[in-house]
Amino acid sequence: MLQVGLAHYLTVAAILFTTGVFGIFLNRKNVIIILMSVELMLLAVNLNLVAFSSHLGDLVGQVFTMFVLTVAAAEAAIGLAIVVVFFRNKGTIAVEEISQMRG
Amino acid sequence: MEMPNLSLALPELLLVLGAMALLMLGAFRKDDATRTVSLLSVALLGFVALMVWGLGGERATTFGGMFVIDGFARFAKVLILAASALAITMSVGWLEREKLSRFEYPLLMLFATLGMMMMVSANDFIALYVGLELQSLSLYVLAAYQRDSVKATEAGLKYFVLGALASGMLLYGASLIYGFAGTTGFTQLSQVFHAAHGQPHAGVIIGVVFVLAGLAFKVGAVPFHMWTPDVYEGSPTPVTAFFSAAPKIAALALLTRVMLGPFGELFAQWQQIVILISIASMVLGAFAAINQTNIKRLMAYSSIGNVGYALIGVAAGSEEGVRGLLIYLAIYLFMTVGTFAVILSMRQKGRLLEGIDDLAGLSRSQPMMALALAIFMFSLAGIPPLAGFFGKFYIFLAAVNGGLFTLAVLGVLTSVVSAYYYLRIVKVMYFDDPVESFDRPVSRALGLIMAGSAAVVVLLTIVPAPLVAGAQEAAKSLFPTG
Repeated sequence: MLQVGLAHYLTVAAILFTTGVFGIFLNRKNVIIILMSVELMLLAVNLNLVAFSSHLGDLVGQVFTMFVLTVAAAEAAIGLAIVVVFFRNKGTIAVEEISQMRG
Repeated sequence: MEMPNLSLALPELLLVLGAMALLMLGAFRKDDATRTVSLLSVALLGFVALMVWGLGGERATTFGGMFVIDGFARFAKVLILAASALAITMSVGWLEREKLSRFEYPLLMLFATLGMMMMVSANDFIALYVGLELQSLSLYVLAAYQRDSVKATEAGLKYFVLGALASGMLLYGASLIYGFAGTTGFTQLSQVFHAAHGQPHAGVIIGVVFVLAGLAFKVGAVPFHMWTPDVYEGSPTPVTAFFSAAPKIAALALLTRVMLGPFGELFAQWQQIVILISIASMVLGAFAAINQTNIKRLMAYSSIGNVGYALIGVAAGSEEGVRGLLIYLAIYLFMTVGTFAVILSMRQKGRLLEGIDDLAGLSRSQPMMALALAIFMFSLAGIPPLAGFFGKFYIFLAAVNGGLFTLAVLGVLTSVVSAYYYLRIVKVMYFDDPVESFDRPVSRALGLIMAGSAAVVVLLTIVPAPLVAGAQEAAKSLFPTG
């Protein structure tokens, strides 16, 4: 029987985090996918924190998670608001179209 | 459970209560309250700055050790508050001319400032994260404030995505450090690393690298600088003026506190990374700015270069290095705010211009403005005897005394290269044939800030001693034992 230990949680979190980072850089289609990737990164962090918290028998990690969750909600709200004003100006949210400024 | 000592955080508490009161004032006033709220915000920032200044005494912590107040925090906070107050003052006229008067604008700056003050005083990763996000979230909105402009919304979007990525990296690093060191408090971390004789678990090292990458993003250092030019160019100019001063100072102060505080014992592990970031920033800042035609974009690359110089002070890792960094930041604040006051006065028939060529012949149409900009440019280029030279001098001195000769030599070489584009602006103003002159008169607030900043730069040239003494005092508080 496989024992699920700290290393497993950390591996899952690392994979999630990497997926999030790649989602931001490799995605060429839609800004919403970037917002989802950002969320994925933060959730990977939360998983890390909770796993460590339980491993260390220390509550600080779970308190930290609560803060991260709260701030992530605010961040998502602001991100969506900015996407909406961008869409009103450009009529699209394709990543390729975010190219007014270069250099 | 004992009550936290609120008196240490009194300036922050006053700022948050004042900001919320002003929010109510703006919401319940029937007419446009932008001007009233802006003026009251500046007054509030000034009062809070006086309080921070008066809050003397030794290093002390409160809120269960999460919040620290020491000479370093006080010095950085006074600079941040001054930068924010100047930025709000510069914005009022612009808001009215562009018909964007909304009272949320100064309030967003107040909340960003509050976040910066929390960052500078953070003594725990949780406090650091909350302060950083309060600042960042306000700044994302400010970047996209001109919401019917494609450029501004694009700047906001880019800033948001890359800023969120940076926060994610910083958090991931913080989670690893928490897991492998067992605590998020800076004081405790320092003890843990001291007990490990600077050779902690490999997970901690990975965490430190992630945290450093996240912070490098926030200060806009190479290789995490890509947002800087676009955000500087796209954001409304007064917002760019704000971005170039207060958040830079706050993020650099935070980086210094984190690297030399809890991670001070791991100096040998991260010093090379900071040296590399610093060199890359100085070189990119010097060379990439040469071909720019937009003055806001030029200032963006200039800020990247300046962050590179400031990071030399961190790489030196000594009291002298931190002193140099603080002197540099103080002088940089006035140079950049003054420059942006000039940029905000570049109007033709009511339209705001951003081209370097538009400055041609300014010495004949508006000699005082040209003189002010020339002072800022000479100072940014680091030409003696102006204040900018002293800023660089103290930084390079710390590098040489810390044995970082390569860094000092590269710093001097890149400042020679960057002098080219600063002096090109002076050349355009004084020797090129005049084009159409700018609208006159320059608004009173902008004129005052221009003249005031130029006066401060000249004053710091003549009597740098009080600033040096203040920075010395502040730097000492970061090294309690030494």
